[in-house]
Amino acid sequence: MGYVSNTDIDRKEMLAAIGTGSFSELLPIPEDVRLHELLDVPKSLDENSLYRYLSKLSARNISMDDYPCFLGAGIYDHFRPAVIGALASRGEFCTAYTPYQPEMSQGMLQAIYEFQTFVCALTGMDLSNASMYDAATGLAEAALMSVSITGRSTVVVLKNVHPHYRQVNQTYLNTTEDNYIEIDAENLNDVDSSTVACVICQNPDFFGRVEDLAAISEYTHRIGAMLVVSVDPVSLALLKPPSDYDADIVVGEGQSLGNAPAFGGPLLGFFACKKKYVRSFPGRIVGATQDLQGRRGYTMTLRTREQDIRREKATSNICTNQSLLALCTTIHLSALGKHGLRQVAAASLLNAHNTADALCKIPGVSMKFPDQRYFKEFVLKLPISPEKTSKLLVELGVIGGLPLGKYYTDMSDCMLFCVTETRSEEDIQLLVDSMRTIVDKEARI
Amino acid sequence: MTMLEPLIFELSREGRTGVNGPKCNLSDKEIGDLLGSANLRSNLPLPEVSELDVMRHFTHLSHKNYGIDLGFYPLGSCTMKYNPRINERTAALPGFASLHPLQPVETVQGALELIVQLQDILATICGMDATTIQPSAGAHGELLSMMMIKAYHADRGETGRNEVVIPDSAHGTNPASAARCGFKVRSIPSDSKGCTDLSALKSALGPKTAALMLTNPNTVGLFEVDIVEICKMVHEAGGLVYCDGANMNAMLGLTRPGDMGFDVMHFNLHKTFSTPHGGGGPGCGAVSVKSCLEPYLPTPVVRLDGENGGYILDENRPQSIGRIHSFYGAFLIAVRAYTYIRTLGPEGLRSVGENAVINANYIRSRLSEYYDVAFGNQPCMHEVVISASKQKQQHGVRALDISKRLMDYGIHPPTNYFPLIVPEALMIEPTETEGKQTIDHFIDVMIKIAKEAEEDPELLLTAPHITPVSRLDETMAVKNLDLRYEAIFKDTHS
Repeated sequence: MGYVSNTDIDRKEMLAAIGTGSFSELLPIPEDVRLHELLDVPKSLDENSLYRYLSKLSARNISMDDYPCFLGAGIYDHFRPAVIGALASRGEFCTAYTPYQPEMSQGMLQAIYEFQTFVCALTGMDLSNASMYDAATGLAEAALMSVSITGRSTVVVLKNVHPHYRQVNQTYLNTTEDNYIEIDAENLNDVDSSTVACVICQNPDFFGRVEDLAAISEYTHRIGAMLVVSVDPVSLALLKPPSDYDADIVVGEGQSLGNAPAFGGPLLGFFACKKKYVRSFPGRIVGATQDLQGRRGYTMTLRTREQDIRREKATSNICTNQSLLALCTTIHLSALGKHGLRQVAAASLLNAHNTADALCKIPGVSMKFPDQRYFKEFVLKLPISPEKTSKLLVELGVIGGLPLGKYYTDMSDCMLFCVTETRSEEDIQLLVDSMRTIVDKEARI
Repeated sequence: MTMLEPLIFELSREGRTGVNGPKCNLSDKEIGDLLGSANLRSNLPLPEVSELDVMRHFTHLSHKNYGIDLGFYPLGSCTMKYNPRINERTAALPGFASLHPLQPVETVQGALELIVQLQDILATICGMDATTIQPSAGAHGELLSMMMIKAYHADRGETGRNEVVIPDSAHGTNPASAARCGFKVRSIPSDSKGCTDLSALKSALGPKTAALMLTNPNTVGLFEVDIVEICKMVHEAGGLVYCDGANMNAMLGLTRPGDMGFDVMHFNLHKTFSTPHGGGGPGCGAVSVKSCLEPYLPTPVVRLDGENGGYILDENRPQSIGRIHSFYGAFLIAVRAYTYIRTLGPEGLRSVGENAVINANYIRSRLSEYYDVAFGNQPCMHEVVISASKQKQQHGVRALDISKRLMDYGIHPPTNYFPLIVPEALMIEPTETEGKQTIDHFIDVMIKIAKEAEEDPELLLTAPHITPVSRLDETMAVKNLDLRYEAIFKDTHS
């Protein structure tokens, strides 16, 4: 039955050694709350039948392996080398617990130390933790950290930050009863500057645009607030790191670095900041040290910030990180290296621009932000409803971009497209042809 | 295998190329034209290593790591059971792993059906009415639960309820999660039998009480025998009762928190339902609630739409506390947990609870002659907490030393120094997947170590002896903070 190893004889011997006649006699659960019937859950299936059943269920989805997909918005289908799966599936890594006993966990601890170094290398920041649940909760933790450091209670989030990340921030700040404001960058001056704990930006922003954050950074620091930036880590292969424009905290989604899109989870938040905030930042951190013989070794450190020691006074309630995904990212960045990651980013850049150019040749289709530079995502104005376009594209074998009307009421004619390096010329041609077919047909009706 | 493994950065050689990745012939100038040359970085300090370098490096690192696949891992409170490989196989199906979360809902009906089925099954297992899989971990589930409880009281105009009562034996995440929601934490002591002290609870309850956070079985591995009375007391005071489901493994098929009176609980799918811990994550802290809290579940709620017969992501939930994850939670962890539950079925789930309890009690009964058992030698649930107080007093050997010595025998130590209310605690959770042979071996080793403590305590004080490193200088780690490999950042002017 299931994965139990004991036999009936084992159980009998064990109960006898315990000195009890039966399991029922041993069980310290009061009679009035014992369950006497079996749980009303589906019957057990053998391994083969279960695999077939789930195979069929999964085939009721249309995956990115079935149709070329042009969605981004935080989850990206970038190349993932085969070495990741081969290494990360090793039982020594994937069946281990949090490395509380460093002598038996040097492998994962060193990998996390390497992960922290990679995050610092990409973002240009001084410190990284061992990872967080996802970018959205990472940003919420950054907001709360800013509130605690500055002693101020207003968190300002720019409207071109991912709508879901903003929603999660709002949930967290509603709970702590801090002040949450969403605003366009040009209206930053309207907020009472003396109460602002931090300004949260995204670069490239939700619409894919490469932002010059120097002026916002200067203003934010002038009013005594902290600059929090959400980044796409792949873009940082080409773009200057947020440390260049003096970001205080940098957060991002690491899924695109070696982890599956996975219908949006599990994800990998990364979190980096300036050195001076070392005692205030949330989550696990691994540090290098020495053993009794003076050999280099790694251990979780700065533990006195954490919940199991500080309890209600901890810097955060977080007690896990996303170790296995952080390991995948570490393997990914090692395998691609300096040269490979730049190729991934440059190929995405080129693909996105080629696709945008081709789509804009269709009558009625145009760039929403024609004068702005973009990386791998761009917004198009469409002559027909984006929601309808999305449905029609599926009928033609393409998963199109994201209709934006749901998130921005003034963008109900807009669709956000993403083109990574994994989309082939044929994929892009299929998208362009399908869009042309849909627009032509609608024009005739 | 115990040689020092260099960092991946130390293996780098200029000009060496890695995997056969995508190619792009854009020149730096062309990239600058597209992105704006002022926006470009000048230096990217990543390593240059070959694919073989990568394979060997991480394989070497794996050799310095211990997992359930290698041996016994009785880490209390963490439920280190076998992680079945069929779960990995189903989670890797492209129809699950290669889905984008923002695809049109018509193209992800299979995924949504799986989520809804799992939500229903989890609610059945714990005796509640509705479930969300959005929280990413146990602590995230606790936080969500506290958010919902806060919103519930606020809707009823009871904003004065700003206290959460928590026993002193609770996990540290409980008070930290409550504090994160702005609640004041009222800690109450345990009684002489290791359970909630009813009179202390009574005096802590009142018009300010928002909730009681209780772990059942508690962190001493004991079932809260007065649980029905406890829930009644909290409800009479106007509060709600939250169950920390870290120890749900002990109760599978044997009893249900919903039937005891709990209003909300979190599951750790990575403990109870066999998904790999991954060296610290990813997990999933699914939360089940009674109907009184259902309106507050985070958005989007995944459900069957009665009108159209399809599954939807419902965001039209005016009383919801909002969104707590970038998308819908750890979907692939849910696939693994679902696979596990469908493998076991009702009989299998019950046998989990049964064997987990028998294994723990067998260890308790055989070790009680050699170690003190916390709160008297009474029947426990799925884990047993022993104390090394005797060894400390008589031989100067602490729980930590016993733990380190276990490593020399190839066994992962139990949880040390938790719960805080037991001095020199060693919390042992064998889980149901271990058989009598493995457990007998562990017990024999523990007895041997107890004898070594008497005869040669030095052996324990200097342990471990065969691991890749010996005990690490944690004070030095804090004093000379070294949190990244500095050498690659020299000469960086980007």
